[in-house]
Amino acid sequence: MSLKSKSISSKSSLNKDERLKKISPLRVLLNRPELGALGGSILVFIFFGIVAGDTGMFSAYGMLNFLDVSANLGIIAIAAAMLMIGGEFDLSIGSMIGFAGICIAIPAIYWGWPLWMSIVFAFAMAVLVGYFNGIMVVKTGLPSFIVTLAMLFILRGLTLAITRLITGRTQVPGLRVLIEDDPLAWLFATDTFKWLFTWLGSLKLIELRTDGTPLATGIPPSVIWFIALTLFATWILMKTRYGNWIFASGGDKVGATNVGVPVGRVKISLFIGTAVASTIFACIQVLDAGSADTMRGTLKELEAIAAAVVGGCLLTGGYGSAIGAAFGAIIFGTVSMGIFYTDVDTDWFKVFLGAMMLIAVVFNNYIRKKVTESK
Amino acid sequence: MSDYLVQFNNISKFFGKVIALKDVTMRLKKGEIMCLLGDNGAGKSTLIKTLAGVHKPDEGEIIFEDNKIVFDSPKDALDIGIGTVYQDLALVPLMSVTRNFFMGREPQKGIPFLKTFDVEKANKIAAERMGQIGIDVRDPSQAVGTMSGGERQCLAISRAIYFGAKVLVLDEPTSALGVHQASMVLKYIVKAASEGLAVILITHNVHHAYPVGNSFTVLNRGKSMGTFQKKDISREKLLSMMAGGEELDKLEVELQEMDRIHNKN
Repeated sequence: MSLKSKSISSKSSLNKDERLKKISPLRVLLNRPELGALGGSILVFIFFGIVAGDTGMFSAYGMLNFLDVSANLGIIAIAAAMLMIGGEFDLSIGSMIGFAGICIAIPAIYWGWPLWMSIVFAFAMAVLVGYFNGIMVVKTGLPSFIVTLAMLFILRGLTLAITRLITGRTQVPGLRVLIEDDPLAWLFATDTFKWLFTWLGSLKLIELRTDGTPLATGIPPSVIWFIALTLFATWILMKTRYGNWIFASGGDKVGATNVGVPVGRVKISLFIGTAVASTIFACIQVLDAGSADTMRGTLKELEAIAAAVVGGCLLTGGYGSAIGAAFGAIIFGTVSMGIFYTDVDTDWFKVFLGAMMLIAVVFNNYIRKKVTESK
Repeated sequence: MSDYLVQFNNISKFFGKVIALKDVTMRLKKGEIMCLLGDNGAGKSTLIKTLAGVHKPDEGEIIFEDNKIVFDSPKDALDIGIGTVYQDLALVPLMSVTRNFFMGREPQKGIPFLKTFDVEKANKIAAERMGQIGIDVRDPSQAVGTMSGGERQCLAISRAIYFGAKVLVLDEPTSALGVHQASMVLKYIVKAASEGLAVILITHNVHHAYPVGNSFTVLNRGKSMGTFQKKDISREKLLSMMAGGEELDKLEVELQEMDRIHNKN
C-alpha cells in the first residue's frame, strides 16, 4: 500500500504531464545515435591505456600518430555518414581518392600547372564525379550500391590507365618541392600549433629529438580538417533546414517529396560531398607523401562506411550523426595504430574491424526498434 | 461569385487507351465535407492525384475561388491551398514530431547563408497545434514512430492546415485504424470543416463517411455516379451503389420476374 501511494505521489509531482514517464538521462543518451561509438571509443582508450600505457602510444608523438590516422578516415567517414543518413551509399570513395591524387600530380608535374591550379582542378573533377553519381542514382532510381560500384571500377581503371599513358608508371613523385610558397597547398600540408609543441618541448614535457626540437612538431592538417568537418556536418544536420531535408530524404523519399523536399537535389549534393571529402583526403595524403599513387585509397570506402555504421548510422537511411561517425573513425584509427604497440599480431586488426561493425549493426537495429516503438 | 470554394468540372484522365476518369464533377463550399466513395479500382487514386496536381487532367477544368487554375506540379496545388494528405501520410517515423511537422518548410532564423532551423519556434508551434486537437505531445522531439496511427493521421492533417490548406484532400484517413482511433480522426475532420475548410474525404468505408459527410460522390469504374446530399440518400443506398448495386438490383428484379412467371404456370 505504501509502495503504491509512493509511486502515485512521485508521478503527480512531475511538473506538467503525468503521462510523461520520467526518462532517466541514461535513456535520453541511449536514444542518441552516437552513443555506441562514444562508448566504444572510451573502451578502446581504456584498453590501450592498460595494455600499451607504457609503450609511448600515449606520448604526444604517439597520440598525434593515431589521431592522424583517425582523422584521415574521419574526413571521408563523416561525408559517408551524411550520405547514408540521406539514404544512399558511395562505394567510389576509395577510387575517388586515387583519382583525385593523380588529378593533382599529373597536371602539376607533367603539364607544368601551378600546384594550386591542380588542386582546384581535382576538386572540380570531384564535383563532377559526385554530380554524375548523384544524377545517375536520382534519375534512374537504381540502387546507389550498383551505380557507385560501377564508379569504383571506372575511376580506378581511369586512374591507372591515364597515369600509365602519361607517365609510363603507376606513381607520380616530386610534389614536395612544389608545396612551398603555393597559395593553396598549405591548407592541406601545414602542421599547426607548432609554437605550442616547441613550448612544451622547451619545458621538457614532451619527447625531444637529439637536436632539441620536439619529436611531435605540430597538429597535422588532417586533424584540423577532421575537427572542422565534424563541427560543420553536425551544424548542418542539427541546425539547418538542409539538415532536416537530409534526414527526410533518407527516412522516406516519397513522403519527403510529397511535402516539398527537393530529394533529388539533396542526394546529388551529398554525393558531391563524399567525392569532395575524398579529394580533401587525397590532397592531405598526396602532399604529405609528396607523391600520388594510383592505388591510394583502395578499400577506404568500406572503412568509411564501417566507421559511419559504428557511429550509429542506419543502413536504411534517415538516422545517424556526424559525431558518431567521427567517433567510429577514432575507434578504427586508434585500434589500427594501437595494435602496433601491443604484442598482438596486426593481422588481427581486420578481425576486430569486422566484429566491431557486426556488434554496431545489431546494436543500431535494437535502437531503431526502440525509437520507433509504437505505444 | 459562385457559392463554391472549389470546383472540379468534368475532369477526365486517360492513360494511353485506358480511361481512368471520365467527366467527374465535384463542387465544394466552405465548411463542406464531401465524401468520395468508391470500390477498389474505381479511380479514387487517380482522382486524388489529379486534385493534388500530380496528374494533369486531360479534359475538364479546376476552378478555385472563381479562377480557373492549371496545376503544373503538386507544389502549385499546395500554393493555392489544396492540401493533400496521402495514405502514407508523408511522415518519417524516425524523425521527431517537430521535424516532421515542418518537413520541407522549416522556419529559419539568422543572417543569409548562415540561416539556421529555428528549432525552438518549431517545437513551440508543433506542440501548440497538436494541443489544439487534443493530442498532447509530451515532448515534440519524440519520434513520430512512437505515436499511434490516429495521432499520426491528425498530425498530418494538422500540418496541412497549418501550411494554409483551404481544401483538404484526405486519402483513406481511417482505413488502417481501429474504431476508437478512427472516431478521433473523424472528429478532427468535422472540427476542421466547421472552421471553414472544405474537405474531400476519400474512403471506401461508408460507415465512417456517412456520419460526417454533407454530400457524397460515388465513383464507379472511373465515372461519377452522381453527387448526393445527405438528406437525399440513405446509408444502404450508398453502400449498394458503391458495390455496383444497380446491377444486383436488376438481377433481383429479373429473378422475381422469373419467379412470377414460374408461379403463374
